[in-house]
Amino acid sequence: MTKKSVLLLKCLVWVGCLAPLGRLIFRALTGRLTANPIEFITLSTGTWTLIFLIVTLSITPLRQVTGLAWLIKFRRLIGLFAFFYGCLHFTTYIWLDKFFDLPDMVKDVARRPFITAGFLAFLLLIPLAATSTAGAIRRLGGSRWQLLHRIVYLSALLAVIHFWWKVKADTRQPRIYASLLAVLLLYRVAAWLLRRRSRLVPERTAPAADAGPGRHLET
Amino acid sequence: MHGGTDRESNRRRRDIRQLKTAKGGIRVLIKKSADIRSNEITPKEVYLNRRRFMAAAGTAGAALVAGKYLRNLITPELLAQAGTRLEYTRSDLSTQGEKLTPLDDITTYNNFYEFGTDKEDPSRNAGGLKTAPWTITIEGLVKRRASFDVDSIVKMHPSLEERIYRLRCVEAWSMVIPWVGIPLSSVIKTVEPASKARFVAFETLYDPKQMPGQRRSVLQWPYVEGLRMDEAMHPLTILAVGLYGESLPNQDGAPIRLVVPWKYGFKSIKSIVKIKFVEKQPPTTWNIMAPQEYGFYSNVNPEVDHPRWSQAKERRIGEFFKRSTLMFNGYGDQVAGLYAGMDLRKNF
Repeated sequence: MTKKSVLLLKCLVWVGCLAPLGRLIFRALTGRLTANPIEFITLSTGTWTLIFLIVTLSITPLRQVTGLAWLIKFRRLIGLFAFFYGCLHFTTYIWLDKFFDLPDMVKDVARRPFITAGFLAFLLLIPLAATSTAGAIRRLGGSRWQLLHRIVYLSALLAVIHFWWKVKADTRQPRIYASLLAVLLLYRVAAWLLRRRSRLVPERTAPAADAGPGRHLET
Repeated sequence: MHGGTDRESNRRRRDIRQLKTAKGGIRVLIKKSADIRSNEITPKEVYLNRRRFMAAAGTAGAALVAGKYLRNLITPELLAQAGTRLEYTRSDLSTQGEKLTPLDDITTYNNFYEFGTDKEDPSRNAGGLKTAPWTITIEGLVKRRASFDVDSIVKMHPSLEERIYRLRCVEAWSMVIPWVGIPLSSVIKTVEPASKARFVAFETLYDPKQMPGQRRSVLQWPYVEGLRMDEAMHPLTILAVGLYGESLPNQDGAPIRLVVPWKYGFKSIKSIVKIKFVEKQPPTTWNIMAPQEYGFYSNVNPEVDHPRWSQAKERRIGEFFKRSTLMFNGYGDQVAGLYAGMDLRKNF
């Protein structure tokens, strides 16, 4: 890809990532946040956090499957947008919904499992956003940074659980996000198993089929 | 998440609503002045309300009002749809001193899963419900077991009454709605239940063709609800056929629905086709769905939390700050006696 097309693509991604916020603002200005605007904003920012998390997590598999190496250039950006919408979601909760009622929020986090899950999902994203710069990667070292950023799997899982536990009866949407996340996580498990396997093969004279699960545990 | 066309049609429907109220206002001016009721002027509060909310949230309100008026100008052809005006008398049992929730909010923010689980789904999808003719079957332990047309049910009481009630949803939001209906007790007295009948069971229409939400098994269909006989006979309990002086919009439970103001909203079953008198406590839909979360009684109670959220506070639609939820939704003086000696934590 040329520098110019990367720049153009970056612009498009920025526009796409800001579109959900633009839509919210437009609806606010035209009085279309439904009869319960706070609920609408909460649901919208929460949903988009989840969507951006899923998109972030699908970039690596997509890159490996399609061979489009440039996709990686957008992972950090989209991941940070997931954090951005998570911040909006969290702010909506503490400001618009709870109006800074700290005791009430503490009670919520402690006693309502769905809020506990959502709160943890958000907390876990903070160190990831904080270490998203090139400098942080250098300071931490590639492998340690990578290990730290595996937390995103846990955060996404908690986010899906948060949504699922919040829903009253219609679990269709949480089910969709859960299945997408399951596919993305299973892909990683499968890729990891394949990598181990191929790494084991050259060391042994026996056929690859021999490298059973027991062998994996030894190494 | 949502298709653009859905959003578009929703926008159009909301436009209908505003034009409808505007038209209602004009029509009232033509009538003789005695016909003007305060609630017919209130829809203006739609704008004022939103404005106040936006100001509180730190956003400009003026653009919002302009936007609303603009959209109204763009879609004048939607004037056609309007509810039927109803003749009714006022009731002393109406709740005093509450500001009415705007019609626009009452008709676009609904939990009526038969038409979809999003709050705006019913206003989008309920248009296909055929509410006339409509028959209600009365059965079980009762003398006059028969099918009645909805009009003959309404005539079991001398006149329609306006009942302004608070509505508290189990999801911790609330509204104030000027219902038009009749006391359920009048119907019960007319059909003469047997002395053995201790509960009344209600059933919503089951027709996936008209009610697209029923094509998915989100809940067990048809929706069923029930009341103890003394709750059903209580003067506050009504069968509503209208709101804001007009026949019920489909999304609000047309043509006839229950309203029990001291219970969470889901007890007030919509689009009723069957009323059955029974000896034992009947099954109720949300209780079947999640018995640990929704009890048979489901009286509004700020002290008994839903397992997943607090019931201590509620957000009145149109207001920014939450308010405290009142025991029995503020109707304790009238109804607390029904539950004397009962442990309301156990019988939630």
